[in-house]
Amino acid sequence: MGKVEESKFSRRTFCKAGGATLLAVAGSTSLGSLFACTPSETESGSKSPSGDGATANPNEKIAWSACNVNCGGNCAFQWHVIDGKIAYMETDNTGDDEMQSRACLRGRSMRRWINHPDRLQYPMKRVGKRGEGKFEQISWDEAVQTIADQLKYTIDTYGNEAIHNIYATGMYSATGNPSSRLLNCIGGCLDGHFDYSTNMLSAAMPYFYGDDFSPYDNVHASSFSEAAANSDLVVMFGNSPAETRMGGANATWDFAQVREGVTGRGGKIINIDFRLNESASGSTDEWLPIRPGTDGALVAALAHEWISNSQVDLDFLHTYCVGFDEESMPESAKGQNKSYRDYVMGTGYDMVAKTVEWAAEITQIPASRIKELAADIAGAEAPFICQGWGPQRHTNGEDSSRAISLLPCLIGKVGLPGTNTGQREAEPPTYMVGSIPSGDNGVAVTIPVYQWLNAVDHGKDMTATNAGIKGGDKLSTDIKFIWNYAGNCLTNQHGDINYTHEILADETKCEFILVWDTVMTDSAKYADILLPDAMRSEQMNLITQGYAEYYTAVLLGTAAQEPAFECRSSYDVMTDIADKLGVREDFTEGRSHDDWVKYVYEQGAADYPELPPFEEMLEKGIYKIACDAAIGLKDFRDDPVANPLSTPSGKIEIYSEQLAEIAAEWELEEWQVINPLPVFTPGLYGYGSVNDEYPLYGCGYHHKSRTHSSFGFIEDLKVVARNEIWVNPVDADSRSIKSGDVCSVKSPHGEIQVEARVTSRVIPGTIAIPQGAWHDADMSGDKVDKGGCVNTLTTYKPTGLAKGNGPAHSMIVQVKKA
Amino acid sequence: MAQYGFYFDSSRCTGCKTCEMACKDYKNLDSSIAFRKVYDYEGGSFTDTDGTLTHNVFSYHVSQACNHCDSPACLAVCPAGAVFKDDDSGLVYIDAKVCSGQKVCIDACPYGVPLYDSTVAKGVKCDGCRDRNAQGLKPICVDACPLRALDFGEIEELRSKYGDNASIAPLPDPSKTQPNLTVKMAAAAKPSEDTTGFIANPLEVS
Repeated sequence: MGKVEESKFSRRTFCKAGGATLLAVAGSTSLGSLFACTPSETESGSKSPSGDGATANPNEKIAWSACNVNCGGNCAFQWHVIDGKIAYMETDNTGDDEMQSRACLRGRSMRRWINHPDRLQYPMKRVGKRGEGKFEQISWDEAVQTIADQLKYTIDTYGNEAIHNIYATGMYSATGNPSSRLLNCIGGCLDGHFDYSTNMLSAAMPYFYGDDFSPYDNVHASSFSEAAANSDLVVMFGNSPAETRMGGANATWDFAQVREGVTGRGGKIINIDFRLNESASGSTDEWLPIRPGTDGALVAALAHEWISNSQVDLDFLHTYCVGFDEESMPESAKGQNKSYRDYVMGTGYDMVAKTVEWAAEITQIPASRIKELAADIAGAEAPFICQGWGPQRHTNGEDSSRAISLLPCLIGKVGLPGTNTGQREAEPPTYMVGSIPSGDNGVAVTIPVYQWLNAVDHGKDMTATNAGIKGGDKLSTDIKFIWNYAGNCLTNQHGDINYTHEILADETKCEFILVWDTVMTDSAKYADILLPDAMRSEQMNLITQGYAEYYTAVLLGTAAQEPAFECRSSYDVMTDIADKLGVREDFTEGRSHDDWVKYVYEQGAADYPELPPFEEMLEKGIYKIACDAAIGLKDFRDDPVANPLSTPSGKIEIYSEQLAEIAAEWELEEWQVINPLPVFTPGLYGYGSVNDEYPLYGCGYHHKSRTHSSFGFIEDLKVVARNEIWVNPVDADSRSIKSGDVCSVKSPHGEIQVEARVTSRVIPGTIAIPQGAWHDADMSGDKVDKGGCVNTLTTYKPTGLAKGNGPAHSMIVQVKKA
Repeated sequence: MAQYGFYFDSSRCTGCKTCEMACKDYKNLDSSIAFRKVYDYEGGSFTDTDGTLTHNVFSYHVSQACNHCDSPACLAVCPAGAVFKDDDSGLVYIDAKVCSGQKVCIDACPYGVPLYDSTVAKGVKCDGCRDRNAQGLKPICVDACPLRALDFGEIEELRSKYGDNASIAPLPDPSKTQPNLTVKMAAAAKPSEDTTGFIANPLEVS
């Protein structure tokens, strides 16, 4: 049958990228005749049963847009708009099938978000107690005036440092969030460093690979397309692109090609996780279950095997690394049995040999299986070792993230074809357009991003050495004004919601909270002024996309619908606030929102002349380019003298003198630890911490129905992909828990109620708790969270080095039928 | 006459349910109705030896819409004569004007495809996106799949390209209704008669 018939269904033949003009829906003549008279044509104009879909309509047009939430993808939307109202979505159907940024299930539900009756409709001010969620409608004028007055009062009374632009990731767009720009126009604000996604890793990896390290580049990590082409073994630690990077503009399709490429050559995939995640589903031999938070112990045992069998690459370790053995230790630590080899072989530190038997007990992986894994990795020509961002999101995450990166170093498989650096796959080499410039922040000091709540509570006590403050020795004030644009980190996505509630509810601490969102999130309930934002599909939308790294794209969207109710573009509202504060010209530079879109696009086009002219791009909607695969640290591997790393030694620092100094100088809490080597320590609520009252470990994971908490209110997604904890039959049977039962999950910090799925896809002894569900509790009553938000269970005890959200995945819990 | 059908690659499917949501969006279905469903099928267990674990756990997904069977059970039983098999495409559809809402088709289909839409008191089901076909487009679910695990076309062409297997648990034995479906088996996938696994998400596919 072949190609002639096939071409009839080719998207290239029938689907051109539509512009913001009448849709040309003329189809294939041959197929058009095949399916000439469809029943739906006879139904037009009357209420029809479910499923009649949209038909060709002369009033139909296409408006491009993109998803703007924080999975890193930003997949393409093509809205089919009939009579000014969105009818349905198509995603990217342009060009090569292999390079289409196809939206995931969540993107496909975006119409339900945009047209949801729960959209915030007008500006509001708080009338009840803070956090109670009681508001009353006010005018835009009053809202803008109140915000301007409160900014001025805060600056006059406490200084700009008392204003905090809190970590918020609900909306990514080139012009979507000019908050920093506005605040910088009035002297700046207290910013945060690191982020909630890679908190421990971002803090720790610079001590290993150097200050230039970023988890978001293609220099310190290799591409999945490199693995697909050249690797014979892929080892993944807590890495499930099928769940965390689900869209076509993200890594799930890249990984499908890795899997087919590698296994097609007779190679293997090994997926080390506490869950049989969706990236390993369909396989029979890929899942290697591990107790969460014990990756560092597994690494140490693998190292023990390799050292014992003379499989470590000593040439590489001595040429490219510091701290593997006595010979390669820095002067300050020589002769003290402080090397990684001493740690592993039991000749230093705790004097315990990290044998496979030692690790078996900790990891729940049989000693024989660890030996097999060690042999597999050592025997591979081009092992691609990578980690997701789950392993680092534990209380020992600073060490775990470095330990996983140590693995390829031990066998010298770094910077070579098909190998990786132990990090997550590389990101695209380029972003073709930038974003609206932020300007310069007049406040130099920054806090670790997870420390904002402590800075509300006792900012004046926080210093560089007790709280990880950067850019200065200490904070001069507590946080008095929180600016929260499109973020849910006030409560839902933070830690220990019950404790956080107490701090935020005290109006003498943070005096003013501004929240800007599209629906009533749990964080929005804490607003003093709550502003209703326009969706990006209700305005122009420019963005460079995402984590797919074999291609990248620019998307330029036009408004598909008018903004709902009284919702306004954040840029326009910020312009009004700027006006009240006398900085309108500084803020706008004479440009409207849409002028900025054009300006930012054309700035990008100046560097990438292949980008179409702006007017043409408005018609095309999307422009894509293929990207070359990257090999992480290739330049360093090729010539370590000419291309040293940005560590003090210029080498990979297995032992970090800087960390040794920090560990000696910083004032640490009793639960915090900083190690110069990537050793295994259990960490708070880690291995060994369960007890009679809380006999199970709890660990979060990303759920397919949400991007963090975004989309968490969409009813259809809750039906299609139910929010469930996973309980192994071993743990469920003894508690008489069956699939579908609503269960109570209790930790020392709170209680949630949530449906259970009894499944062997989670390791016995650990409960898998999906993150991002919407907190729903009576905070003046029993505080039992019927929404099932994982952060009702987590503690707010920041980690040692990052001062980060390691507790996010480190929990101890009890489960019973509710 | 041509006969159209679906291809499903269970080795690629990650159970993301984008196909299901794309259909719901395009067809404007409410949350109680899904024309395409995704089964989570799994089995196996752990063995504990001195606190360490071995396992034989498996999991895979099956995404299923109407299979536009050669012998559609729904058509055979419809008392109103409202179910048609299109002469030119072989696609099976319900004519809403004729349907009397007696739900007989719903019980008859071994795949559980037709559903009852109480808002209009009629049976409803996947029609293979006949309106899109008329425009030369594949069904919305196929073009939506981020994993490229679905295809649609003339079934003979699909079978010559992908093979002719249609037996995969938890779907029923294909000999019952001769579905126009071809399935690539994941390493973990089991044939229809499998008894070692179970549907792990019954509430999502009911």
